[in-house]
Amino acid sequence: MKAAAFDYARPDTIAEACALIAGDHDAKLMAGGQSLGPMLNLRLAQPSLLVDITRIKDLARIEERDDAVTFGAIVTHAAIEDRRIADPTHGFLSRVARGIAYRAVRTRGTIGGSLAHADPAADWVSTLTALGAEIFLTGPDGAQRRVGMKDFIHGAMSTALEPGEILDGVRIPRFSASARFGFEKICRKTGEFAEAMGVAVHDPERGVCRVVAGAGGGRPVAIEASRGAGARLLDRFNDAAAVRDMLIEAGVTGDDYKMRLQVAAVRRAVAELAAR
Amino acid sequence: MTDAGIGARLPRKEDDRYMRGRGRYVGDIRLPGMLEVAFLRSPLAHARIVSIRVPEALREKVVLAGDLLDVKPIRADTTLPGFKSSTQPVLAGDRVRHVGELIALCMAPTRAEAEDIVAEIEVEFDELPAVTEMLAGRAPDAPLLHEQWGDNLFLISLTDVSSAEMKAKAAYSVTRELRTARQVMSPIEGRGVVAEWDSRVEQLVVHSATQQPHIVRSGLAECLGLDEGRIRVIAPDVGGGFGYKGILLAEEVALAWTTRRIGKPLRWIEDRRENLTAGADCREHHYRLTAYADANGRLLGLDGEASVDCGAYSAYPFSACLEGGQIGSLLPGLYDFAHYRCRVHSVATNKPPILPYRGVARTGACFALEVTLDALARKIGIEPTALRLNSLVRPEQMPFDNIAKRHFDSGDYPEALRRAIAAIDLPGVRARQKTGEPDGRRIGIGFSMYAEQAGHGTSVYSAWGIPFVPGYEQCQARFTPDGGLELRIGAHSHGQGLETTLSQVAHSILGVPHDRIKVVHGDTALTPYSTGTWGSRCMIMSGGAVAAACDTLAERVKHIGASLLQAEVAAVRLEGGEVVGPNGRIGIAEIARTWYRRPQDLPRDVDPGGLEVTAGYKAARDTGTFSYAAHATVVAVDPETGETEILDYVIVEDGGVLVNPMIVDGQIIGGTAQGIGTAFYEEMLYDERGQPLASTLSDYLLPGPTEMPNLRILHMETPSPYTRFGQKGIGEGGAIAPPAALANAVNDALHDLGAELLMSPITPRRIVEAIAAAQAREAAE
Repeated sequence: MKAAAFDYARPDTIAEACALIAGDHDAKLMAGGQSLGPMLNLRLAQPSLLVDITRIKDLARIEERDDAVTFGAIVTHAAIEDRRIADPTHGFLSRVARGIAYRAVRTRGTIGGSLAHADPAADWVSTLTALGAEIFLTGPDGAQRRVGMKDFIHGAMSTALEPGEILDGVRIPRFSASARFGFEKICRKTGEFAEAMGVAVHDPERGVCRVVAGAGGGRPVAIEASRGAGARLLDRFNDAAAVRDMLIEAGVTGDDYKMRLQVAAVRRAVAELAAR
Repeated sequence: MTDAGIGARLPRKEDDRYMRGRGRYVGDIRLPGMLEVAFLRSPLAHARIVSIRVPEALREKVVLAGDLLDVKPIRADTTLPGFKSSTQPVLAGDRVRHVGELIALCMAPTRAEAEDIVAEIEVEFDELPAVTEMLAGRAPDAPLLHEQWGDNLFLISLTDVSSAEMKAKAAYSVTRELRTARQVMSPIEGRGVVAEWDSRVEQLVVHSATQQPHIVRSGLAECLGLDEGRIRVIAPDVGGGFGYKGILLAEEVALAWTTRRIGKPLRWIEDRRENLTAGADCREHHYRLTAYADANGRLLGLDGEASVDCGAYSAYPFSACLEGGQIGSLLPGLYDFAHYRCRVHSVATNKPPILPYRGVARTGACFALEVTLDALARKIGIEPTALRLNSLVRPEQMPFDNIAKRHFDSGDYPEALRRAIAAIDLPGVRARQKTGEPDGRRIGIGFSMYAEQAGHGTSVYSAWGIPFVPGYEQCQARFTPDGGLELRIGAHSHGQGLETTLSQVAHSILGVPHDRIKVVHGDTALTPYSTGTWGSRCMIMSGGAVAAACDTLAERVKHIGASLLQAEVAAVRLEGGEVVGPNGRIGIAEIARTWYRRPQDLPRDVDPGGLEVTAGYKAARDTGTFSYAAHATVVAVDPETGETEILDYVIVEDGGVLVNPMIVDGQIIGGTAQGIGTAFYEEMLYDERGQPLASTLSDYLLPGPTEMPNLRILHMETPSPYTRFGQKGIGEGGAIAPPAALANAVNDALHDLGAELLMSPITPRRIVEAIAAAQAREAAE
């Protein structure tokens, strides 16, 4: 199938893009187009106006600070995979990016597009939740706001983005030297959508220990330890039955098979972390 | 034999253009004034069409059933007793019988605009209850697809050989119910058609991604009421066929009719959504099979009930019963036993017509038999390989007529299995299983065997009575004035490498270098009639025809050459592309130049037919060759998550004399990838209203490179006694055995847990559920 007719605009600035979508409720932003492209072709999405944001320089920015790195929204998965840009996570981001869909998708697909689309199976949705990332949003009046990942993702395909707002960047806290991580994605075959995802991050210096169960159909579920309690939390993942109970308590749902996958995914992520 | 002739691992000649992106496919064709076509397709599985409303302004851009009054529906009947005929409308006017059935052809300068027109047409339906499952379709109160039949059965086929005695004689028996999923053939290139009316020669020219240009021409002529001479079908480069491109499409007929009517070229390129939801269905079988063994652990008999989910219509030309009609003779596999009964139901359902897919019916039959044999061996308490070795047809019995009258031409089946057992190291795997895996996974080993009938011809197909019966295959071979060799064949090459292998055949006989040999195919105007590329027949049939034509050319070349060398014909020989006599040698190029440009130098008694011949070929016995193989695999299964990993995969295959062993390996690898797809991934599910549940390749999973194990392929080489060089057809075997071998390996791994998987695909969820069900059974006992 081919897309229904639409108008096309390619603004140079965030403000122009905001103005375009504010002026047309049927307008859609497109970055890499790896989700929207197929939806256009299948005519599941029939926007009146497509606003291509891939030429907006501010959205390609990389800002390095002592405590964090901020990526503009149109940084591609491939740029992260190839370590062409700063990575505040000792290679964790690159490791995750490498497993996103297929290389062709990674070449075009963007971190901001993936987050704005908010497919629960998306790698960044779970990973950035585990990393405690923050999302920058810019509104039509130029107002910026900053939302934590936990508050940004409302559910499947649902986010804190308001009409007329653009996701303009992602701020990822910098790992301390001793930080460790683990990541496991269970999918039917390489490159396919995840059926379950487990992400584990332990950064004792910063007091962060988070295990995320994702790709479950809604927002990712995070299990966190308070400062100093990280090792104890991670120990609890040795026992599959206990993990199952822990996940259920944390809000993970699914039939027996799905729960098995969720349990396996988080346990493997924790095991990988422990082995590092 | 030479280093570039039969037996050489010659790189494929066609790969240069394929690998550089220089192939030319239907989708590359642009004609002046060409319009793009999109089809309005039925959104319902079963319905009466109450009304179709086309906005008046668009009426000229839309073709409906009511416009095609002079077009005959597609019919593919067989003469099998009891077969019930279906008529597939080119465009549906009053009734639709599957989702995706064509209702309107819409044309516009671009595909997107054509789809806009599709969206403007309003169809009012009166939905009917749908038959969405073959066993339900057999029920007495099932809704009917074709009311005049009185039931939903295209055909019931029965085979019975001394079946009454088997139960009493048996020491052991097992019964299993097995199912293979409906699949969708997934060539990289889908179907595509460009049709134009050439007013100069008053000829319909149809460019189609087809395996069978001559059959498409006959089918178009029948539907359109045109002389075949008024139709030219061109199959350019074709990106994989697998059977899907071996059928006449309603789309082809609709475009052909319309282009003639409007005087403009039309193009339709199937997209993946159409491919998945409307077109390329295959494979769906159900079996209830009982296997009996004697006290010595030898197969004694089989008793089977099978059903094939045939979809709504009988597809042209192979009919709805190509699968159902063959299961009875395929189910016995490679085994020698005395008692047999099999009844097969070819059931009409509200799904797209079932089409022949690489392995045609054998994949399902092999799955049912080989998985049941493993269960039988476990019941007896012996290795599944022991049951097979006890029961296989032995080499000293060859040629062998099996219980269902299939005539196995040659081979050593037990030896293939023994080599597979050694290569996969069965004792080593058994020892490893005893120690267990550190990661908690379970290891299983599985075997399966098949024979692949190929190149079967007149005697087989005349009994079927489908729209064509293959006879002699022909090749037109000619030398060009500068000594090049053209080989024109009516079959088509779309991945098989025929441009290389047929060149190797010609090279073996004439010694002409490969860069001077051109294989011409894929155009009814340029090639002799052929039923096309299907049934792994081309290396036997086209190869035989090329050899026959080259033999004749060799004689004529020698005759002229001897004269030019002033020698007796009996005293010369053809060697390395030259005629060699007692007093000298002369090249074929020089002889060709003499025939075409210096006829004054020709001998008086030269054959006036010259250096262009059409020769035909049919195998000495046309019941087909039987290549065969033993597949052996080791898998690891995670009982927690149901994930599987193929740890090892061995194939011991005997394809007779291999014309190009590298191409044979490629065929095996590609086929096995598809077999792994059947085993673990591919499944087109339908809901209770007949809606297909996958419409993109993210819902319909295909194995990719990372899902492929490294195959270890070992060859045996038992020549066929019936073919020109002892070659056998080998194109489909890779797709036949893997589902059974992998299921047997999974079942071996899970045996201790009491779980058994009897379906394809075996998915992680099904493994987990089978284990849970086994645990529940155990708890209940």
